[in-house]
Amino acid sequence: MLSTYQYPKFEYVRPPEIAEGRDGHYPVVIVGAGPVGLCTAIDLARQGRQVLLLDNDDTVSIGSRGVCYAKRTLEVLDRLGCGEEMVQKGVSWNVGRTFFREDEVFNFNLCPEPDHHRPGMINLQQYYLEDYLVQRARKLPNLEMRFRNNVIAVTPGEKQASLRVETPDGAYTLTTDWLVVADGARSPIRTMLGLDIEGKVFMDRFLIADVVMKADFPTERWFWFDPPFHPNQSVLLHRQADNVFRIDFQLGWQADPEQEKKPENVIPRIQAMIGDDREFELEWVSVYTFQCRRMNRFNHGRVLFVGDSAHQVSPFGARGANSGIQDADNLVWKLALVMDGKAPATLLDTYGDERGFAADENIMNSTRSTDFITPKSRTSRTFRNAVLGLAEHHPFARALVNSGRLSVPSFLVDSRLNTADDAVFAGNMVPGAPMDDAPIESVGGEPWLLQVLGDRFQLLHYVADAADLDAASVAALQSLAEGPIPVEPIVVAARGRAPAGLRTLIDAKGRIRERYDLQPGTTYLARPDQHVAARWRALDPARVRAAVARATCNA
Amino acid sequence: MALNTQPNLFEPGKRYFRAFSPGDDFYEALIETHRDLSDEQSEMVNARLILLLANHIGDIAVLREAMSIARAGVVAKD
Ligand SMILES: Cc1cc2nc3c(=O)[nH]c(=O)nc-3n(C[C@H](O)[C@H](O)[C@H](O)COP(=O)(O)OP(=O)(O)OC[C@H]3O[C@@H](n4cnc5c(N)ncnc54)[C@H](O)[C@@H]3O)c2cc1C
Repeated sequence: MLSTYQYPKFEYVRPPEIAEGRDGHYPVVIVGAGPVGLCTAIDLARQGRQVLLLDNDDTVSIGSRGVCYAKRTLEVLDRLGCGEEMVQKGVSWNVGRTFFREDEVFNFNLCPEPDHHRPGMINLQQYYLEDYLVQRARKLPNLEMRFRNNVIAVTPGEKQASLRVETPDGAYTLTTDWLVVADGARSPIRTMLGLDIEGKVFMDRFLIADVVMKADFPTERWFWFDPPFHPNQSVLLHRQADNVFRIDFQLGWQADPEQEKKPENVIPRIQAMIGDDREFELEWVSVYTFQCRRMNRFNHGRVLFVGDSAHQVSPFGARGANSGIQDADNLVWKLALVMDGKAPATLLDTYGDERGFAADENIMNSTRSTDFITPKSRTSRTFRNAVLGLAEHHPFARALVNSGRLSVPSFLVDSRLNTADDAVFAGNMVPGAPMDDAPIESVGGEPWLLQVLGDRFQLLHYVADAADLDAASVAALQSLAEGPIPVEPIVVAARGRAPAGLRTLIDAKGRIRERYDLQPGTTYLARPDQHVAARWRALDPARVRAAVARATCNA
Repeated sequence: MALNTQPNLFEPGKRYFRAFSPGDDFYEALIETHRDLSDEQSEMVNARLILLLANHIGDIAVLREAMSIARAGVVAKD
């Protein structure tokens, strides 16, 4: 049906284990080449690990699934080396319109906060995301991808897991020190291991249609509550790349999916919706139901669950792939330290804790959106309609209209990896915060702070003039670069160049100072996943080392 | 004092990192208050809630303004 996108077909290669009639062993095996497995594999391989990625299919995500990729996801993809392709191909939008029955009740402009590299979100078909990730993965010689390799059995052990893998040439056996499971919402491996996932199914059905608009149509998000062309239900319209528009119709539980999917039923709905005789072509139609649920625990010894296999949310608020990619971001640096023997395996428990906290927040937010969009009782519907009725004239009610909240990263304020503040700071960059971006000038030429951060522990030390940094501070900063878990020292300054070749970032527009509440001497310890681990008003290398130990479960 | 129709919800002692959180916290609590009630029970809960809140607000001028906005939205013209 699709005409705007050509699905790639990834080549199956006979695995060496079969060719040579032996078992294989790998330090880390990842199952599932969806967005989350691909990100995990790329991140580990970038950091020099030998990685094997298995997938039972030979192409990217079929049809219409994920659409909205949020700022934090784009920042992670930047770190992995494919954020730019996403933003170039994706559609950025700012204007959202909310309709109730016949009328537009209000519109908003998501005009982003200035001086961030990436927008609040972009819209892009999921197959492009996976396509770019596979292309990126192919550039990493120590990352091996095997398509049409279906994992049919998993035996977890104390020090290893063993897998049975089926291919067109027969089955073979692998052992691995670490198994990362990214096999999606149905997670065959979760089932094989008899692990539970708990939550609720929403008693509702949605029809999704991708249509190609022939004429011009605005790049806006339109959300209807109870429109005349689809009474008592909701409808969402989004623009994606290639002039493809995605429409989500709420159908209710009683609807017959097979009936609803028929073009003769879908097309009149869309015609009524766009309200005139603008021409369009149907590219994709499917019906889905959804659930909000999560595993109790994401890490089970040598087996680690990421993405949809570990948690699922309703699509309102676009948190599925967005949160799964943040799982990878959180897990990889921890797993790398544990694999190197530089941190105890308990560090992986904090992956489960931090991402479990994020999953709870995502489930809460998407459940709230779902409850607003599809009220479960008469009273709930009355309140919903009252909010919508007041929204046209009263700003407080607009703030209550919940047609899906933007996917934003969690503030990991309760993480045991954080070192508590011992001084007063203004603003949001608390220990556990995902770090704010800001424009910089640097010798390396990177124009954004987040392009400099990531992949290792880093210390940001602020002074007004970098050239004035005293010898004791220089020596203290340099000493941090030594040791089993090095910390890269970075001087942030309003002007000047730090002595002794220390990396210097100029806070060109004063945004770092503003966003991080910097004063001369203020020092931030950044985790490899661009989160604040600790901060102080003065530089003290002993405290920095203690905070690194705490952030790696070595304390 | 005039009726405040700007976003005004918060929970003392709670730190918010996102603008939508306090409103969503309130709305969830409101809907939760009605969980498993019959329509008749819900109506009674709403009436009691309005009485409690009106007394808390105290200023009858503010209440009159709120009552008039609430009514105007559901009847054509008085
Ligand atoms: C209608 C809809 C709209 C959505 N909108 C959004 C959105 O706007 N934004 C967003 O972020 N998310 C959205 N999502 C969610 C998003 O699609 C998922 O969260 C995302 O695909 C999860 O990625 P994953 O890598 O965890 O799993 P998947 O993408 O499901 O990938 C799992 C992979 O594992 C492979 N596999 C499975 N079993 C085996 C096995 N035994 N052996 C080998 N390989 C195996 C599969 O072939 C597949 O390639 C939406 C989903 C739907 C359905």
